[in-house]
Amino acid sequence: MLARIATFAIDGVDPRQVWVEVHIRAGLPAFAIVGLADTAVRESRDRIHSAILNSKFEFPSKRITANLAPAFLRKVGPGFDAALALAVLAASGQIPRDALASYAVFGELSLGGELRDSPGALVVAEGARRAGLTRLIVPRERAREAALVEGLEVAGVPTLRAAAEVVRGARPPELPEAPPAAARQLAAEPDLADVRGHALPMLALQIAAAGGHNLLLEGPPGTGKTMLARRLPSILPRMTRAEAIEVTRIHSVAGLHADGLIGRRPFRAPHHTISPAGLVGGGAPPRPGEATLAHRGVLFLDELSEFQRSTLDALRQPLEDGSVAIVRGQRALVFPTKFMLIAATNPCPCGFAGIEDRCNCGEADIRRHRRKLSGPLLDRMDLLVDVGRPTERELTSGPITSSDSARRRVAEARERQRARLDGTGALCNGEMDARTVRRHVELDEPAEQALAHAYSLGALSARGRHRVLRVARTIADLEGHGRVTHQDLLTALGLRQQPDLASAA
Amino acid sequence: MSGACDGCLRRTWLLGRMAGHLDHARARIAAVLELDDGELIAALGGELADDLLRDRDAVDIGLQRDRCSEAGLQLVCRCDPAYPVRLRDLAAPPRVLHVVGGLDRLLQAAAGDPVAIVGSRAASPYGTGVARSLGAALGRAGVTVLSGMAHGIDAAAHVGALDGGAPTIAVLPGPPDRPYPASRRALHRRVVAAGAAVSELPPGTPVRRWMFPARNRIIAALAAMTVVVEAGERSGSLVTAAFAQQLARPIGAVPGQITRPQAAGSNALLAGGATVVRGPQDVLDALFGAGVRSAAGDDRPELTEELAVLLAGLADGHGTSTALVQAGYEPDEGLAALASLELAGYVRREGGGRYAVIP
Repeated sequence: MLARIATFAIDGVDPRQVWVEVHIRAGLPAFAIVGLADTAVRESRDRIHSAILNSKFEFPSKRITANLAPAFLRKVGPGFDAALALAVLAASGQIPRDALASYAVFGELSLGGELRDSPGALVVAEGARRAGLTRLIVPRERAREAALVEGLEVAGVPTLRAAAEVVRGARPPELPEAPPAAARQLAAEPDLADVRGHALPMLALQIAAAGGHNLLLEGPPGTGKTMLARRLPSILPRMTRAEAIEVTRIHSVAGLHADGLIGRRPFRAPHHTISPAGLVGGGAPPRPGEATLAHRGVLFLDELSEFQRSTLDALRQPLEDGSVAIVRGQRALVFPTKFMLIAATNPCPCGFAGIEDRCNCGEADIRRHRRKLSGPLLDRMDLLVDVGRPTERELTSGPITSSDSARRRVAEARERQRARLDGTGALCNGEMDARTVRRHVELDEPAEQALAHAYSLGALSARGRHRVLRVARTIADLEGHGRVTHQDLLTALGLRQQPDLASAA
Repeated sequence: MSGACDGCLRRTWLLGRMAGHLDHARARIAAVLELDDGELIAALGGELADDLLRDRDAVDIGLQRDRCSEAGLQLVCRCDPAYPVRLRDLAAPPRVLHVVGGLDRLLQAAAGDPVAIVGSRAASPYGTGVARSLGAALGRAGVTVLSGMAHGIDAAAHVGALDGGAPTIAVLPGPPDRPYPASRRALHRRVVAAGAAVSELPPGTPVRRWMFPARNRIIAALAAMTVVVEAGERSGSLVTAAFAQQLARPIGAVPGQITRPQAAGSNALLAGGATVVRGPQDVLDALFGAGVRSAAGDDRPELTEELAVLLAGLADGHGTSTALVQAGYEPDEGLAALASLELAGYVRREGGGRYAVIP
């Protein structure tokens, strides 16, 4: 007898439909799985055998052939267990075969017959809806996540037995309760109101958030660069539902996310020993890297000068295109990588440059230190701010702003940009290309003169001039100015990345 | 200009050939360079002495000339009346000057009163800032700046002069067509385009340690005055100052922090009677007599009171944020204020987003 059920393989962060076909015929007892399955899938024979017996079903003593179609797609991991087991049960007449047609099934089995938590349920649910299936069976822990996809009847079941009951027509179990709000409060998002002093870096953070500009923080150790960077996600506009689902599926596939919809923008801070593959994705099978995990959020590179050159250079394509293509063998996978980059570095090897009595680094040391920063990456940084040590008075005074009020300003500025940039392909000022800058950044007379003056002094390179214009436009948006004013332009000049002429010469 | 004579080129060839041998005598390099060819070979040639003598007599001078012109060098030897007269004060003047850029510009500068600005490679931001502004101001006052194109003070002096729109002369340890240090390629191009790079060694000679003190003697001799901006106790720029002293040329030094090891050597020069250099005017006074020539006045625009407070805070060595807070600025106005100070030429935005005061 032949039974067939749908399931999904996870290819990068996308679903690929896989048909599980099981045929049982007379012959010596055997269980073969065909269809380009990896070791974990082939091992599932033993899991399925035990799980079926321990769920009080019978394992047919006949010749069983399971096929995973399409045969050209490589199937990886234990997520096919539940589908294979149900197909065996259907093929041996223990559950109705016809009922399987509207179901997709996903999950790993334990020997005792429990459905184990398996990462990627949201991706599977999206695949099921796209394939026109109406019902989905997933492990109970993943039910809330899968239920995020509308128009799909999701059954979160704890065991194979329960899954079989659902197929037989039992009422699917209720979705599990959301964890209590108190547990979420514990991990409250870091807020700008916790910060004392740092008026300058906080302004830079708001400008970065408002215009989608990448930001470089430079300053001695222990002044609060990391603390500031961690608060950037809190002032970015709240994610839309579509963005939240994108983020949730990525984190679900990576196995980093436990339950429900992710509400906060991700913040990823990989250690500087990370490899290029770890940063942009790779491996076999290819897994999303930190750049993809930071999608719609913030990627923070602390101690930028300590990263390997090759690692930083690997970020160029993701920064440029908003996605990264990983090519392995005959397949190319595309991972989304739309993130804001924020980086921190010490100004010199000892870290205390600018604090005269403590820094003993010579010009040559500093040159060497700066050479380690990847040029192409620095080229993508619109803003540079000096993070100094706050004064005693600043440390004991109140907070300058809270994340909530900063986020409101940022959202307003973004709204103005959206209206202006409609139809240009750019969503925020940080994404404007040279042509868009020329067309959409208007300066008033004094600003025009100041820019020309700065350029003629050699304080700006041609590319630096563009960056300053983009940033000035964002500052004007934050201030609600229609044209960039003198003050806006000067502020942007004060945050520019300096092409240091002494070392350029 | 006639180029260089055969005798001088023969000697130059020998220095290149014996570059490795000479390194063994680098501690007494000035004395060794005074030896004539035969003595030099006898003293340092060792087992190869006979070969060296034979090669020297057989050397193809025409080929040497071709190599120089292929490298785009102009030559002047000490038998030429146009040879810089100050160099003749040395006991062993370089026999041939190999020049890239403009030989005429070099000779013109040497005939005037060029000033050497030298100092430590491991210079502080204060030191490089002073070297740069000194170079710029002297350049604007019509005084050519000489230096060695090393990292730190030397490079900053060249950059300053070039930024001030004046030619500058770099005296290199190795062949003048090859930038040394190699990472100063861009600066070398600028120097060659506006001034000249010069050396006593022929093209293709690898750089050896003895060439640095030998180069320093040329800087000291070419310059009418030597100014040490920042030098540690073992800095090569003190060698330059010592040569200048032997030649009885005026020496100046810029005062540095007494707590900074990088300034110990230059401060010691001041203690030993060197002219105190607080700015370009001190150099001009020492060269031409007090008040004879004056550095171009400060043509920077007048500052408002708030900006002056901010500038004073930065000059005290405060970080950007602290200086802004102390001057009572809100962050966005503060950044704009810093930018206007920069556009007015009072500060420079440095690598890390900090601001350095331009003296």
